[in-house]
Amino acid sequence: MRTDPLFQPVASEARATRTVSLSFNDQPLSVPAGISVAAALLMAGVNRFRATPVSESPRAPYCMMGVCFECLVNIDGVPNRQSCLVEVADGMHIYSQEGARDLIYQPMNVQAVEVQS
Amino acid sequence: MSPETVDVVVVGAGAAGMAAATRMAGLGLQVVLLDEQGSPGGQIYRGITLAPLSRRDMLGPDYAHGNQLAQALAASSVRYESGASVWQVTRERQVSYLREGRLYTLDAKAVLLATGAMERPFPIAGWTLPGVMSAGAAQILLKSAGLAPSEPVVLAGCGPLLYLLGWQYLRAGVTIKALVDTTRPEDYWRARRHLFAALRAWPYLRKGLELMRSLRGAGIAHYSGAEQLAVEGEEAAQALTFSVAGVAKRIDTRCVLLHQGVVPNIQFSQALRAHHEWDLDQLCFRPVTDTWGELDVPGVYLAGDGAGIGGAQAAAVQGALAALGIAGHLKAISSAERDDQARPLRTQLATNLRIRPFLDALYQPKESNRIPADEVMVCRCEEVTAGELRSFVALGCAGPNQAKSFGRCGMGPCQGRMCGLTVTEVIAKARGVSAAEVGYYRIRPPIKPITLGELASE
Repeated sequence: MRTDPLFQPVASEARATRTVSLSFNDQPLSVPAGISVAAALLMAGVNRFRATPVSESPRAPYCMMGVCFECLVNIDGVPNRQSCLVEVADGMHIYSQEGARDLIYQPMNVQAVEVQS
Repeated sequence: MSPETVDVVVVGAGAAGMAAATRMAGLGLQVVLLDEQGSPGGQIYRGITLAPLSRRDMLGPDYAHGNQLAQALAASSVRYESGASVWQVTRERQVSYLREGRLYTLDAKAVLLATGAMERPFPIAGWTLPGVMSAGAAQILLKSAGLAPSEPVVLAGCGPLLYLLGWQYLRAGVTIKALVDTTRPEDYWRARRHLFAALRAWPYLRKGLELMRSLRGAGIAHYSGAEQLAVEGEEAAQALTFSVAGVAKRIDTRCVLLHQGVVPNIQFSQALRAHHEWDLDQLCFRPVTDTWGELDVPGVYLAGDGAGIGGAQAAAVQGALAALGIAGHLKAISSAERDDQARPLRTQLATNLRIRPFLDALYQPKESNRIPADEVMVCRCEEVTAGELRSFVALGCAGPNQAKSFGRCGMGPCQGRMCGLTVTEVIAKARGVSAAEVGYYRIRPPIKPITLGELASE
């Protein structure tokens, strides 16, 4: 979910000379290079990074220093990445984490193994 | 493959870690400095080597000071490894870390933990809502990305970092809607007995007074003695409500920044089963060290705010002292040399710490903001409220570790970092015993998240 960004560059900041392209929940974003994924998402107007596994309440970064684990997102298929500790990179696919993880039983992937004693 | 052996592994490249690593390298030791961030500086000097000059200027001279430490580190022989997430330190001084998806292990003759501080939890109603952040988090956004709230922000709580952020926001042209201060007149009364010592730390005190004066002079709405803080909102923060002298107030805002001091980050020292004490002035657990920073775990040292809050300048001196302690321990210098070099540092440390009793007394977090009402969320990860925690106590739950089995409290991804102190104090109050008696969570590795796949790849 995106709204008006809660954070923006302060007036004295020069415009970023280098940007990277990434996506959040399949929406393309262009963000300054060299900043954390959490900072980039906040300035892009993302204020819901995940929903909790217990009550599915919305959460966003609280500490920005790797302590609170509120900024967990899925980055390039790896869930539970601390987005405040990961630097943005070109082509990143980022997804919010919604609620508890599904444990999908996939019988197709289970192969019968013959056990010899 | 047997792990590489090095003289010293330092964990954390903040003020203490940078100063210690540089000093030890200068004494001929082989030092590896492991840091979770992408560049040195820790949180106080976050991004110091990368911040553009205009940003450094806006953040003020105390921030810019960190550049000297970073430059000395860069000029030294220290092997600095950024993006290194240390997930285990053993009592045998084996250090395991994850870097760019690969696992590494080092055997160290000595380990220095310089893992610093974290902000004290500020459990109030609505503190889990998006739009509510710690003041430290907002400051990190400013230091590392030049970002600030895009609409009028409310700062709430107390403590030097909160006011410093306000001052930095003013310099950056950010609109502050209100400063909701929890400091009460009786806090000044309590701090008064430390005033003489504080006056001897005049440069620090003067800086603080100037900072407060510029905040007052900027015409920001300033509420003192605020109580019953709560954030309103469904999907995100919409307003901060509180009361002053019994009168209810409400300020509309999408951004609330909370702060009530910092506390040592004790994940590693706890996991090492080092001895900790409850600090009655700073109201937190503190690992016990000798005068060189050595824990009761031989060869494992601690420096900086992780050993008790003293601030960045004190941390750098403590880092240098621990460096001397380790150099003496590893026979890189004689004990006479060690003591000689330490003497001026100890004087300097005493000067740096002189202001602390005054600050600790003046900005002691309020009990109602540490031991919250029943409806307030204590464990953010597993969503356990203070009321639920109290019901566990009524059923016989005696401490934080039992609270885990009663209701998963402290068992989420943050491993109790965000609720640990609150849980200790809520249980202590409910049982009518001291926090020291209740104790803390039993912390176990992995201290940082690691996948089974990564673990198996070693």
